[in-house]
Amino acid sequence: MGELRLMKGNEAIAEAAIRYGVDGYFGYPITPQSEVIETLMARKPWEETGMVVVQAESEVAAANMLYGGAACGKKVMTSSSSPGVSLKLEAISYIAGAELPALVVNVVRGGPGLGTIQPAQSDYFQAVKGGGHGDYHLIVFAPNSVQEMADFVEDTYELAIKYRNPAMILSDGIIGQMMEKVELKDFKPRFTDAEIKEKFGSWATTGKTPDRERNIVTSLELQSELQEKHNHKLQAKYQQMRETEVRFESTNTEDAEYLLVAYGSSSRICRKAMELARDKGIKVGLLRPITLFPFPTKQLAELANQVKGMLSVEMSAGQMVEDIRLAVNGKVPVEHFGRYGGIIHSPDEIVNALEKQIIKG
Amino acid sequence: MEVKDIIKEENLAYKKTKVLTDNEMHYCPGCTHGVVHKVIAEVIEEKDIQENTIGISPVGCSVLAYNYLHIDWQEAAHGRAPALATATSRLMPDKYVFTYQGDGDLASIGAAEIIHACNRGENIVVIFINNGIYGMTGGQMAPTTLEGMPTSTSPYGRDIKLSGHPLKMTELVANLPGTTFVARHSAETAGAVRKLKKAIRKAFDNIDEKKGTSFIEVVSTCSSGWKLTPEASNTWMKENMFPFYPLGIIKDE
Ligand SMILES: Cc1ncc(C[n+]2csc(CCOP(=O)(O)OP(=O)(O)O)c2C)c(N)n1
Ligand code: SF4
Ligand SMILES: [Mg+2]
Repeated sequence: MGELRLMKGNEAIAEAAIRYGVDGYFGYPITPQSEVIETLMARKPWEETGMVVVQAESEVAAANMLYGGAACGKKVMTSSSSPGVSLKLEAISYIAGAELPALVVNVVRGGPGLGTIQPAQSDYFQAVKGGGHGDYHLIVFAPNSVQEMADFVEDTYELAIKYRNPAMILSDGIIGQMMEKVELKDFKPRFTDAEIKEKFGSWATTGKTPDRERNIVTSLELQSELQEKHNHKLQAKYQQMRETEVRFESTNTEDAEYLLVAYGSSSRICRKAMELARDKGIKVGLLRPITLFPFPTKQLAELANQVKGMLSVEMSAGQMVEDIRLAVNGKVPVEHFGRYGGIIHSPDEIVNALEKQIIKG
Repeated sequence: MEVKDIIKEENLAYKKTKVLTDNEMHYCPGCTHGVVHKVIAEVIEEKDIQENTIGISPVGCSVLAYNYLHIDWQEAAHGRAPALATATSRLMPDKYVFTYQGDGDLASIGAAEIIHACNRGENIVVIFINNGIYGMTGGQMAPTTLEGMPTSTSPYGRDIKLSGHPLKMTELVANLPGTTFVARHSAETAGAVRKLKKAIRKAFDNIDEKKGTSFIEVVSTCSSGWKLTPEASNTWMKENMFPFYPLGIIKDE
């Protein structure tokens, strides 16, 4: 059993990063995620593991530091909240194009614009559809507990390395700010220079030694035929992720007549809503996508053969609902319910919505 | 007789450094970029740091600088090279990290990144190619474009009322405590190239001593953007750029 602590989600992710052996963190303060960099600066991991922590001049710079660090074959991470992530998209697109592993954390707050500092889930599209320019995808994990905030650092980074693709932890202000018990993993040593050379020697900019050609990290390819080929390679990677990396959690789906679909904080509220509905005799199940990209399309398509309708419950005006509809392809009604702009829906509101929009509708 | 018949060991008075690749450069005739590439490559060879040098190329005509120097490279987003260099140098403190940036890249879109990297005193070298114009995109006005100078987005000459004043980045970063060596050079004559090389050598030597940021501006020409012959460009540079961007060492600590 690892060390048990009571921590905020933002603190847990910082601690997990140190323990996982992250080499560099680059951030810029923004509510509700500033505790990530505050925790790191207070912990001084450079004295303990050698991890570099930089408060950048902007999210633009922080994300481009991420790009430079990733290009060196180092494990690198940045975190922010919605308006800051918009600024990071430039570098994220370059990192995806240059095929580098890196981790971005978004502790989402309500928008658009400066919006509110209260929690929301309104950055789903930005996270799973690419966000920046060009045809690319991030690997996107959505934690619904402080424990998962900590665990997903390693889970996402391992996939980021496996696919040479940036990953995102799409959290929200509730998970970032709330305190829960968390079991921390033991410290892992950071990769040594020799390990980096062995694992990433074919592309990392660690210095051109005589035993290899020079490594060039770039997203530029001016010849259209080659750029198309590069895009084909990226698409093949995304397809492989869709086939092998989907993670989800299903509860009470065996006998379900209706399905709630929710991720992150909203999935916790849906658990309570499901109990309330079951008390009323409505057979409700819950599917929680853990990976938002790749999305549990197949699982939802299968459940569409069983249930009479689905309700996507998101703290947004309805974004994931579009992916559910694509998965279900018109077989059963799929509706959205959610409060947003920083308001959190209650379990009662969800049950009401289910009855009004799906069962009676 | 063909060129290959002339290039024989016994005829050689000067040899291309092995740090330069054999790729044919894509730059226009007379362009300053190629000369500066060569000088950097020679310094890398003389210091014997090819295995330990990481270049960060910009977005601009020199975006493909990585095709010409036999070292590891990162190709940054427009203006962001100092951010990549910051991370690279912090994560690999024993490496020689340099950015190579044009004036649009460094003085306009990347103004924040360069100022903060210099202010933090990142242990890097910055090579700043100031040709007073956006060469790559076809000759638009840059922050460094001189007053009255015509470009495709200032076709009647740069109007200060409309577009503000030409920006002297080098004087600006010299004011920051994080910079240790700040100089402005040119590369239009053999003598100028020699001085430039000395400065670039010193800048890379400063990395050994962990002295902070070394910043070298090269006042340059862009014959295509300026719509002048290479020779006329050099004359125009001397008559117009040098008075506004005076050459010399601005800071050496
Ligand atoms: C974000 C972004 N904005 C604009 C461009 C288009 N662009 C490419 S190069 C360039 C200007 C480069 O000028 P400079 O830095 O002076 O380099 P030069 O070509 O003169 O050497 C611009 C605006 C881009 N590639 N990316
Ligand atoms: S456009 Fe100007 S800067 Fe670009 S290669 Fe030609 S001369 Fe050089
Ligand atoms: Mg220029």
